Amino acid sequence: MEKTIFQYSSPGRIGVALPVLDVPETAIPEQFRRKEFIGLPEVTEGQAMRHFVRLSTMNFSIEQGFYPLGSCTMKYNPRLHEFLARIDGLAAVHPLSDDSTVQGTLEIMYKLGELLCEITGFKATTLQPAAGAQGEFAGLMLIKKWQDERGQGHRNEVLMPDSAHGTNPATSTLAGLKVISVKSDKHGRVDVEDLRSKAGENTCAFMLTNPNTLGIFESSIEEITKIIHDAGGLNYMDGANMNALLGIVRPGDMGFDVCHLNLHKTFSTPHGGGGPGSGAVCCTELLRQFLPASTVEKTEEGYKLRDRMGKSIGRLLAFHGNVGVLYRAYAYIRTLGPKGLREVSEVALINANYMKARLKPYYEVPNDDGPCMHEFVASGAEMAKKGVKTLDIAKRLLDYGFHAPTIYFPQIVKEALMIEPTETESLESIDAFIDAMIAIAEEVDEKPHLVTDAPVNTPVLRLDEVKAVKDLCLVEPVEHEE
Amino acid sequence: MSIFVPNGKAQQEQMLDVIGVGKFEDLLTPIPESVHLKGELDLPSPASELELLKEFKGFAAQNSSSNLVCFRGAGAYDHYIPSAIDNILTRSEFLTAYTPYQAEVSQGTLQSIFEYQTMIARLTGCDAANACMYDGSSAVAEAALMAIRATRKKRILVSGALNPRTIDVIHTYMGNGDFEINEVPFGTDGLIDLEAADQLAEGGVAALVLQYPNYFGSIENVQAAADLIHRHKGLLVVAADPVALGVIEAPGRLGADVVVGEGQPMGVAMSYGGPYVGFMATNARLLRKMPGRIVGRTEDRAGNTGYVLTLQTREQHIKRAKATSNICSNQALMALANVIYLTLTGETGFTEVAKQCWHKSHYLHDRLLETNGVTDVFDVPFCREFVVNLPVSAEDTASAMKEKGYLAGLPMPCLGDGAMMLTATEKRTREEIDGFVEALDQYIRGAV
Ligand SMILES: Cc1ncc(COP(=O)(O)O)c(C=O)c1O
Repeated sequence: MEKTIFQYSSPGRIGVALPVLDVPETAIPEQFRRKEFIGLPEVTEGQAMRHFVRLSTMNFSIEQGFYPLGSCTMKYNPRLHEFLARIDGLAAVHPLSDDSTVQGTLEIMYKLGELLCEITGFKATTLQPAAGAQGEFAGLMLIKKWQDERGQGHRNEVLMPDSAHGTNPATSTLAGLKVISVKSDKHGRVDVEDLRSKAGENTCAFMLTNPNTLGIFESSIEEITKIIHDAGGLNYMDGANMNALLGIVRPGDMGFDVCHLNLHKTFSTPHGGGGPGSGAVCCTELLRQFLPASTVEKTEEGYKLRDRMGKSIGRLLAFHGNVGVLYRAYAYIRTLGPKGLREVSEVALINANYMKARLKPYYEVPNDDGPCMHEFVASGAEMAKKGVKTLDIAKRLLDYGFHAPTIYFPQIVKEALMIEPTETESLESIDAFIDAMIAIAEEVDEKPHLVTDAPVNTPVLRLDEVKAVKDLCLVEPVEHEE
Repeated sequence: MSIFVPNGKAQQEQMLDVIGVGKFEDLLTPIPESVHLKGELDLPSPASELELLKEFKGFAAQNSSSNLVCFRGAGAYDHYIPSAIDNILTRSEFLTAYTPYQAEVSQGTLQSIFEYQTMIARLTGCDAANACMYDGSSAVAEAALMAIRATRKKRILVSGALNPRTIDVIHTYMGNGDFEINEVPFGTDGLIDLEAADQLAEGGVAALVLQYPNYFGSIENVQAAADLIHRHKGLLVVAADPVALGVIEAPGRLGADVVVGEGQPMGVAMSYGGPYVGFMATNARLLRKMPGRIVGRTEDRAGNTGYVLTLQTREQHIKRAKATSNICSNQALMALANVIYLTLTGETGFTEVAKQCWHKSHYLHDRLLETNGVTDVFDVPFCREFVVNLPVSAEDTASAMKEKGYLAGLPMPCLGDGAMMLTATEKRTREEIDGFVEALDQYIRGAV
């Protein structure tokens, strides 16, 4: 356990030497002046470093071990990129600089847009969305705007499978659209007949993750996207699972009209404990005119930032997107090239199918229907009957030195364990994880308390989430300080 | 085999064997032949580490803006970033961790967010803060939506003295046709016209949104705005500059219900606009209406203190279409930069930075007013940023200053051809300020 930074504080300490004021002072009028102390800690740099380094040792990370977190694509994040994004000429640039003084950054943004279009089979890109969810919002607003422009503004429904990620329905609400849930068939694919019965004159858009959130490719994809097009809607692909498809299939070739990519997943930018990411959106020529502000154009006088609104859906952030993240994604694609990118997906698929094959004798895989893509969903339902929940299995994995898979998502699978190895994991580490999963399956039968008591090898034992809500404490109370 | 893929042909064959298929292509059977990509992607061939490094240094050399002495703000500020920050940010354990879903192995991230929430709440004068938003502008838009949820009214008032980019973002976030946004004009003094706001609030509104100091740097009367909007049963949303709060009163103590803002000035590189980080703080009554992640303190089974993501029933993964927001990934690493910045500067250092920004921008302002033909646009107290009227075109002046090595203030065509908005942070020395004023003076003399 580490004290809070406030408990190290003592008046007069400071952690950075500031320049001495070298201009005359101007009085701050009494009426505006801040009346009380802020309550920031006062520590030296050494104390601060020790505190944050100690905190860091209480974290699990991809550079310490296997992180099979389904849907999150926790792959290795190349170290070179951290250096590149911090080069002064790229990092110390004001966002409202004249185009002629930021040609380097504009060139990277332009080229990244082109690369992403080639990878997705689309024609235009916005790099502004800060994350996948914001990309979804941009995408739905593009479709809505297109419907409005062609006099179909009454279309207020967005269809999506019941296995959709939570951001899909939440985004639909933000976009003012009603969610119509489409059933999944017994293998977890879109029930095409249910979709057909629900698509109609109010259909604005269809949102689909492909491969879907069960890690299964939607084999009827051409029929699905055609049903929506025939009904007058457009197809949105949640590209969070693009790690399965690089160089194999392109969203634009499957009848999708727009998709977002999570650059912090497929394109290897580090997740930083929750962000920043980037939810770049690619779309057809049809939707280009509605893209958010801040797109880059190539002209005879060089690269230009098109920052006007025009017919655009508007602006998602004050400035031009998570540019530092874009630098990293560009470097990643340049390092791999076309063969390297395809290899990413090939090996991601092999790794996932291998894990599925080896784990199936021990864990139920309810929707299994031949090969999975880059991930698969197992179920702990059988073990739950014995009194050991999926949550317990997840916690026990922490004891074995692994991060847990994504749990309880998608909601259509009981006691779900969603496992995604990614291509950057070696056979040895995958085998070690599988061995741990098998050992836990045996523990469930023989020594279930080891699982239900887990974790015990972690910096803290199992934490009480109910208490956190009941005795809500979101900030350090002032009297806690020494 | 690329440098990121450890399983080569030998391992792949072994694994395909276990899977029970003869070759990789057999795994692609669920994908209809008709949609397979024919041939390979048309992308540049792979670059080595050395080649990429050279390519990026070339890009950086094209960014001459990074060499200019910066007097531009308007939402992004050139502050000094203590070097210890990047040392922590690049630590594997923070950089390469996912969202702290498994709390027992994420205490580092969770506790640092708890400390961040505490510092943001104290800085803004509020009871609680969330774990962060995408940026300052989207945080303002989300705060407006939060006020709509809290009051069940569908109309908001937005100050015309709000950053126009933020106004754009509000329109985008609230652009689904369900809401009404009314802009409150600013007066000749550059402050929001509270009488106009009073009239516009008739009939009830969810919130009044204003900026503090406002877009032009003028210091709004937050207390008066709060009293006004509370009379109409609406909420006051204040978009505040965090560094300014080191010298001027915290909006939470002046009646603001939600305080949001851009965290970039606290240890985050300008990086052409991102990644930045939005903060959001509010009072105890409204905290359950907040969007985004929130970290809470609790205990483990042995009674040890620990931290978890809490109040999650507000969020998309549980509430889906009824969630308070669609936000999932946020800007956590930048929030970590904020908390380290606030720790290193601390009570004394942070207020010192704030004071120096106050004094240096005033010194710049006063020196400019001594220059031939330069006048104030607004005659009210400002903090950190201000607008002057040049006797020449501000656009042309900015271009000329670029040649002299300066990123001049931002031309403000909405306030006139000669209007320019400037700032001087603690990083600007007296010598730089004097040099800039001199260059500007020379240019004006030559031009008029
Ligand atoms: C399938 C899917 N869709 C959307 C998202 C949302 O992406 P982000 O967290 O970047 O907003 C995620 C990631 O959590 C996801 O897995």
